[in-house]
Amino acid sequence: MPILTVRNVNKRFGGLKALNEVNLEVEEGTVHAIIGPNGAGKSTLLNCFVGRLEPDTDTVDFDGTSLLGIKPHEINQVGVSRVFQTPEIFGDLSLVENVMIPALAKRDGAFKLNGWSAMNGETELRQKSMEMLGDLGLADQAEQQASQLSRGDKRRLELAMCLIQDPKLLLLDEPTAGMARADTNNTIDLLKEIAKRGITMVVIEHDMHVVFSLADKISVLAQGTVIAEDLPEKIKGNPKVQEAYLGGAHL
Amino acid sequence: MLTQTSKKGDLLLLLGFVLAVAFGPIILQPFGAGYPDLLQKFAIFGIFAIGFNILFGLTGYLSFGHAAFLGVGPYTAVWSFKLLTMNVVPAIIFAVVVSGVFALLIGFVSLRRSGIYFSILTLAFAQMSYNLAYSVLTPITNGETGLQLRQHDPRVIDTMFGINYGAELPSTTLFGIPMSGWSGYYFCGVVLIIMFYISMRIFRSPFGMMLRAVKSNQNRMNYTGLNTRPYTLAAFVISGMYADLAGGLMAVTDPLAGAERMQWTASGEVVLMTILGGTGTLLGPVIGAGAIKYFENIFSAFNEGTLLQIFSFLPEGLQHAAVSVAALFVGEGWHLTLGALFMIIVIFLPGGLMEGVNRIMRLFTKSGSGGSSPQATAQPAE
Repeated sequence: MPILTVRNVNKRFGGLKALNEVNLEVEEGTVHAIIGPNGAGKSTLLNCFVGRLEPDTDTVDFDGTSLLGIKPHEINQVGVSRVFQTPEIFGDLSLVENVMIPALAKRDGAFKLNGWSAMNGETELRQKSMEMLGDLGLADQAEQQASQLSRGDKRRLELAMCLIQDPKLLLLDEPTAGMARADTNNTIDLLKEIAKRGITMVVIEHDMHVVFSLADKISVLAQGTVIAEDLPEKIKGNPKVQEAYLGGAHL
Repeated sequence: MLTQTSKKGDLLLLLGFVLAVAFGPIILQPFGAGYPDLLQKFAIFGIFAIGFNILFGLTGYLSFGHAAFLGVGPYTAVWSFKLLTMNVVPAIIFAVVVSGVFALLIGFVSLRRSGIYFSILTLAFAQMSYNLAYSVLTPITNGETGLQLRQHDPRVIDTMFGINYGAELPSTTLFGIPMSGWSGYYFCGVVLIIMFYISMRIFRSPFGMMLRAVKSNQNRMNYTGLNTRPYTLAAFVISGMYADLAGGLMAVTDPLAGAERMQWTASGEVVLMTILGGTGTLLGPVIGAGAIKYFENIFSAFNEGTLLQIFSFLPEGLQHAAVSVAALFVGEGWHLTLGALFMIIVIFLPGGLMEGVNRIMRLFTKSGSGGSSPQATAQPAE
């Protein structure tokens, strides 16, 4: 039973057809990677899932809800969390506050005028947030300002912020972009751990090392269309993929 | 930052604040500011700045139109004095309610944009309100003359209770206590304490944390399932109501409403107060408001005579030269002093006067307990 169904999605930017009849089905509990050369439309596709872009046609269904025409915060409220290419965190706030905000959003909804209740009273929420930070190895820095973290730790924090919401689907846009090798490996291990929890993930990635260590299934996007969709080991040998992706060279 | 704040610390801060308001007249006596008119100004502008800080300090939205709310307050209050009663309670309630609606309208439109465009929109709205009050709305605002009390105003409620002010022009009261002099100050002081406490609750609440998140990263907020628009609008309306309350209190002290309070300079002044005191801090805006009103009072009172006296130790030629230079900075030109002061603060204490206070405090705690700030320094990133 697919949790995310994308059917016949088109997106035009003026004369450029960025997405052309894209079809995609993501099975629940799997890691689905979307790869493709630069300009293939990977990020455009992701942005169509989260309400940042309005696709031209047809279906983006998530768990029985259409994601078309609804706002980013509403999409999050139905259970889709997103990790950005550059980690998007609350830089001015402490780590634990960074995690408590999404937890509050999950509990209280998109808006609550609770100006009279005290943050100090939220002991349970704080406890939960601290545990989540502990899970991701950030417990020591919990009271530190988030902007002071390293790139890799910012990514960890962003993941903590997504995970505390217990998302049904986690979207990751190049989760290791711009990271040093050591950070990349740590992030892969972390994502594997998260996958084990049974959270469905859609990963967009350049780095083949990352893709093949994580993905259960891979879709290859080239010039706005899905040219192949298969298991990782089969994708490697697919001549169409090699042609599009590496201009004929072997992976 | 303001993460795990101790309840005890907040209680102490509030207690200190109450004491400062209660003994303000005695504390400020040596500085020549221990009289009710000036202290009342401190309190009123303190409320104005506290409210402004809820919007600007927490969400980072810089409104240049808060004078519009400050200006609406007196009109509403004076109308309440004219039509209903000289009691200040209904006047203030009306002022706050009317401005709440007004702020909702302006905020709804202005908050469609952020950054500089938001500032410009609010500025435009304030100038529009100012011009409307001056011209088109003359039947309500009495235009250039300003709205004043008259002997033959209806004052329905007062008449109902058989209160008759005779031939004199009536003065404002709080259930019979005249709102002038010290009672006027203490009334404003009590309101200031209440408003300070409300602001403290907001700062320490989940709502307040969301407002700080708006300032930090709106994009992340949206993708975290939070709708930023109602948060910013709520902050805007709350701060507008604070401004209007301040405006209402002005009318309590001096029941006269004029359009000049809506001018953009008044909007600019509250920005200065907040930044001077410390944006985003609890106490900063009050201190900033007090400092600016104090200096305004001191420096604008200087005239050539006092300057000649101050420089009387110099030989005559030099004395006149010194006086003519110094005269630029006092009296009418005291804004020059304010400007210089503001520049110094922004350059050397970007966090405002509160940062200065904190630095001094840290100096003491360091020498006292041998350095107890483990979290203050940034841990090196891995």
